[in-house]
Amino acid sequence: MKQRALIWLVNGSLTLLALLTLFPLLWMVSVALMPTGASASYPPPLLPARATLSHFHDLFAQQHMGRYFLNSLIVATSATLLALLLNAMAGYAFAKLRFGGRDTIYAVLLAGLLIPAQVTMIPLFGLLKVMGLVNSYAGAVLPSAASIFGIFLVRQYALAIPEDLLDAARIDGASEWRIFRSVVLPLLVPILVTLGIFVFLATWNDFMWPLIVLTGRDMQTLPVALAGLAREHVQDNEMMMAGAVVTVLPVLALFLVLQRFYLRGILLGSIKG
Amino acid sequence: MSRRPDKQGFSQAQSGWPFAAPALLLIGVFFLLPVIGALLLSFTDFDLYALADISNLRLVGLHNYQTLLITPMFWKALGNTTVFVILGVPLSLIASLGTALLVNSRLTRFKGFFRTALFAPVVTTLVAVALNWRYMLHTRYGLINYLLTHLGLPAIDWLGDPHWSMPAIVLLAVWKNFGYNMIILLAALQNIPEDLYEAARLEGAGAWHCLRRVTLPLLVPTLTLVSILTVSGYFQLFAEPYVMTQGGPLQSTVSVLYFMFEQGFKWWNLGFASAVAFVLFALILVLTMLQMRLARRLGEV
Repeated sequence: MKQRALIWLVNGSLTLLALLTLFPLLWMVSVALMPTGASASYPPPLLPARATLSHFHDLFAQQHMGRYFLNSLIVATSATLLALLLNAMAGYAFAKLRFGGRDTIYAVLLAGLLIPAQVTMIPLFGLLKVMGLVNSYAGAVLPSAASIFGIFLVRQYALAIPEDLLDAARIDGASEWRIFRSVVLPLLVPILVTLGIFVFLATWNDFMWPLIVLTGRDMQTLPVALAGLAREHVQDNEMMMAGAVVTVLPVLALFLVLQRFYLRGILLGSIKG
Repeated sequence: MSRRPDKQGFSQAQSGWPFAAPALLLIGVFFLLPVIGALLLSFTDFDLYALADISNLRLVGLHNYQTLLITPMFWKALGNTTVFVILGVPLSLIASLGTALLVNSRLTRFKGFFRTALFAPVVTTLVAVALNWRYMLHTRYGLINYLLTHLGLPAIDWLGDPHWSMPAIVLLAVWKNFGYNMIILLAALQNIPEDLYEAARLEGAGAWHCLRRVTLPLLVPTLTLVSILTVSGYFQLFAEPYVMTQGGPLQSTVSVLYFMFEQGFKWWNLGFASAVAFVLFALILVLTMLQMRLARRLGEV
């Protein structure tokens, strides 16, 4: 009897907490569907009296949301592809190949994990200005293309690749590149999915760096554009919520499909401590 | 047994370079070089004039750091950020630990669903959810004040009252972030062997006693880790005040990074802003080491 009450208590509190956590996200969708001005009433309406998609239409037709969406997609996709290639190669090299100074370089990289990225932003802006990359996709992408965390993630995973497998391929006369392409890469697929979704979500959601480096309006990514729109249209709450939905939905959907891989990345990343 | 490396042996011994070089080059140019650059810049008066013509650049030694110490706005920003950390980190850790314990409980059904639901805010875009929270915290139409007045409490001018603006930002940050540490703690809980609980139960320990004597002591290393990650993450507060309050009201939500951003990219005092960045970095580093030392002492007792 006491056990039953406990089961109800535990599951009941979890249900309540889960509802509280999801509520802001669900309400965001609900407000996005309300007609203009409907959300500014008391008591706050939970559901639209009459659902409309007009804000989504206005965002894309008048506020260049399509352009911002495309910018976000280009930046996040190219950062992800570059990060996958570069970190896979480097992570494998640090795990399985030899080169002068390998262990020293790795120790320096790990120490670098302590440095917050914001420390680099001011000189980085100057550097990109000299290179002519301010307000370009490259300026938003290149700083996150290769990462210490990415190398670390791949290296930990690649350490488990059996040496015999690589030696057998070498005896067969395969070049190092060929071994990487046809033996190593297929084995790294699970960790690369993890790394890929990490980089995609991080660059899609990133705010401070794109705010600094993408100085022109038509280069802005969704979060930067949304923050700008919110300053101009303070009153237009329903349209802002529609913009928020457009921004959040792709990453939330991606996470739901690949969450197993994403959560594993968090756990692997936390071992380093 | 030293062997002279033949040609084959040499290429074998350096075969990793072509693989590692592209990533190392990018990290070197876009991360390590700027870190050194920031340190050097912090000893100069790099500003708009120097940005236009580099010959205007002058070395000023520690002048930026000295100015920083007598700039009231810097102290204000540091104070605001400290309030955010002191309120936010414990709240966030309690939420993470509480939900992790609940999800991990043997009595819990649908563990996967609860884990996903509680984690969902972590992957959302901060700017987007901050706009939503700005609406929920609205003084007149906000849902939170609606609930408060229904409970017989006074309505709060969350984003307009300098006493409440930082707590409001804490609410958003805790909601957005607690799921991350929950996942790490959940994994640590699942690693605690079941026999330990059984042994404790055989000795007549109740649920509370098990938590105090078995679970929490074994979680100390993980709690240290998540606390270090959370403190250093919370010191990097920026986007929340940028979107929700623009640093206001009465500069009550200007954080150290917000101050750095304004100095650097609004007023173009890039040398001065670099000094701000370095002070923040040093602060985070010192706090990380303090927490590690504290945890080691806890582990010895």
